[in-house]
Amino acid sequence: MSAVVTDHEHDHEHHDHKPSGIKRWLYTTNHKDIGTMYLVFALIMFFIGGAMAMVIRAELFQPGMQFVEPNFFNQMTTVHGLIMVFGAVMPAFTGLANWMIPMMIGAPDMALPRMNNWSFWILPFAFLILLMSLFMPGGGPSFGWTFYAPLSTTYSSDSTALFVFSVHIMGISSIMGAINVIVTIFNLRAPGMTWMKMPLFVWTWLITAFLLIMVMPVLAGVVTMVLTDKYFGTSFFDAAGGGDPVLFQHIFWFFGHPEVYIMILPAFGIVSAIVPTFARKPLFGYASMVYATSSIALLSFLVWAHHMFTTGMPVAGALFFMYCTMLIAVPTGVKVFNWVATMWRGAMTFEVPMMFALAFIVLFTIGGFSGLMLAITPADFQYHDTYFVVAHFHYVLVTGAVFSIIAAAYYWLPKWTGHMYDEKLGQWHFWCSLISVNLLFFPMHFVGLAGMPRRIPDYALQFADFNAFISIGGFLFGASQLIFVWVLVKCARGGEKATAQVWEGAEGLEWQVPSPAPYHTFDTPPVIK
Amino acid sequence: MALRHKPLTVKLAVTALAMFGFGFALVPLYDVFCDLTGLNGKTAATAASAEAAMIDTSRQVVIEFVARPNKQMPWVFKPEVSRMTVHPGEIHIMNYLAENPTGRMIVGQAVPSVSPGQAALYFHKIECFCFTQQQLAGGKNMLMPLQFYVDPALPSQFSTITLSYTLYDVTNAWQDSSAVSTQPGE
Repeated sequence: MSAVVTDHEHDHEHHDHKPSGIKRWLYTTNHKDIGTMYLVFALIMFFIGGAMAMVIRAELFQPGMQFVEPNFFNQMTTVHGLIMVFGAVMPAFTGLANWMIPMMIGAPDMALPRMNNWSFWILPFAFLILLMSLFMPGGGPSFGWTFYAPLSTTYSSDSTALFVFSVHIMGISSIMGAINVIVTIFNLRAPGMTWMKMPLFVWTWLITAFLLIMVMPVLAGVVTMVLTDKYFGTSFFDAAGGGDPVLFQHIFWFFGHPEVYIMILPAFGIVSAIVPTFARKPLFGYASMVYATSSIALLSFLVWAHHMFTTGMPVAGALFFMYCTMLIAVPTGVKVFNWVATMWRGAMTFEVPMMFALAFIVLFTIGGFSGLMLAITPADFQYHDTYFVVAHFHYVLVTGAVFSIIAAAYYWLPKWTGHMYDEKLGQWHFWCSLISVNLLFFPMHFVGLAGMPRRIPDYALQFADFNAFISIGGFLFGASQLIFVWVLVKCARGGEKATAQVWEGAEGLEWQVPSPAPYHTFDTPPVIK
Repeated sequence: MALRHKPLTVKLAVTALAMFGFGFALVPLYDVFCDLTGLNGKTAATAASAEAAMIDTSRQVVIEFVARPNKQMPWVFKPEVSRMTVHPGEIHIMNYLAENPTGRMIVGQAVPSVSPGQAALYFHKIECFCFTQQQLAGGKNMLMPLQFYVDPALPSQFSTITLSYTLYDVTNAWQDSSAVSTQPGE
């Protein structure tokens, strides 16, 4: 039970003596410092991407063109997507992995600390390049985050090379981060921490890391093909030269579908950590959770063409991808069932992390259901490229991935800062977010079913009222996140002292070290009973 | 410490590099897959043999011809007739009219697509202007022949086959490649 925590006074490792000021952060190889940097970076990107969403919603508040040019609107939708996916959600998960995985498995640090420093510090430059491209003559990328050829080759602006290089850097960063996670989990588990004793957050991240290694290089390949098609005269996607634009979509979605699970599997791990704590019961069906996560990851490689039903494919192909997609609902259903069963007859309390986790379970399931609707090939022809799709992926990514990240931040904040956050402000944050996010995304289902296309700066008059409503929800959701920043700043500066265990029902190695977690933890591996 | 991690790190890095290669390998794999199955409506890029199988007079297939120049391509480009009824196995010739209304020489490349896609495997071209790039001086016109037959093995559910050509302006690529090919000789 008693954890062995060495104080850093009598530690002889070099980074024990940490430099002060900016150099501490530039040179750090400490997993907690790097985790913090990832999380702060993700938060900044969340607000930059969010500001772009506000531009989009302001323009769509009324039909007609009010604030921005169509070309700039397209740049906003594109860069909003890229920043939220690669700049906010993925780095936030990597930050949580850095902070929590070594503490959860009883390791002193990540296995490859110098690579860890490198994989973080190239990331700001990737986004600097991407954001700078917006100020180039002709503007930044405006072809959607999916950069379909020929939009990104024949018809793209001159700054496309900057987009390509920034995606390369993001990819290298993610791959290095994923290698680090895998090596850490394989080699640095404390004695006695067997595979099936690992916390689910560690399990889901391990599987995510394998997905990253499998598909991020494919993304790097496809952007390279776009680069050479545009600038060096190749014809991977140009029919005139013997290529095929549909090939682009196959390669992109071969990356793209596992990518969406990269953004949700760690969220499953977070919710599987939070729900047992606040239900004060062990997680129901631990082993089935592990197998469900693995099967979701495997299936993710067999469903990519469900993004492409309207490109024209034979019935056999459409059926194959439709059934494989629907099959994913089974392991996902196992997970939702297990969370609900964990809560069954539990002694539940409803602190902010639990509220966000509960909202995750309900709202992510709604997103899952609209996903099932989209998986039905004949129906997809109506939904394709409409706001219904926008509603679907925002339910799984905002009320799914982002809510889980917020839940994780509230859950582990006392461990990071040593202070309890302001519960009352946190509840305000939760309720404002919950109401506004549904005002924002739920009506999108209806305008989508009625035929409003996505990525369009103007729309038919009959969608006007719904869009005004959606925009108001959007502004409120954006404003609600300012409360989150307030809570974070307040908690970092002070507050009620947190105990080591923090939450009454919390179990796991990370709750055995003091709060705030010392700079070095588990220099001597803990004993797992 | 680091030595212990090296074998696994190297394996994972090699996996990542291999997947980068796999992304590019998808390009030929895609072509092979489409050639084998005809899923994409792609017809063979080379000539079929002229020794056609016996003619199946018991049924007829309607061939529809669609031709359009790409948006950047200023040529006029159209088939002589828009549809033709043939017996499977019969060899036919279809002429396409091309006219270059501009004042400069333009090189065109036609890219075929067959719909329904599965029928592409049974549509054989003995001679086609799409096998090579076509040059046309400004203000001139020409007839571009296509010699084809439908395989008698065509499954009976296909009674109509649509052959579509899109014509692309490849003058720039043609000049680049001819510039490259003349340089080493000098």
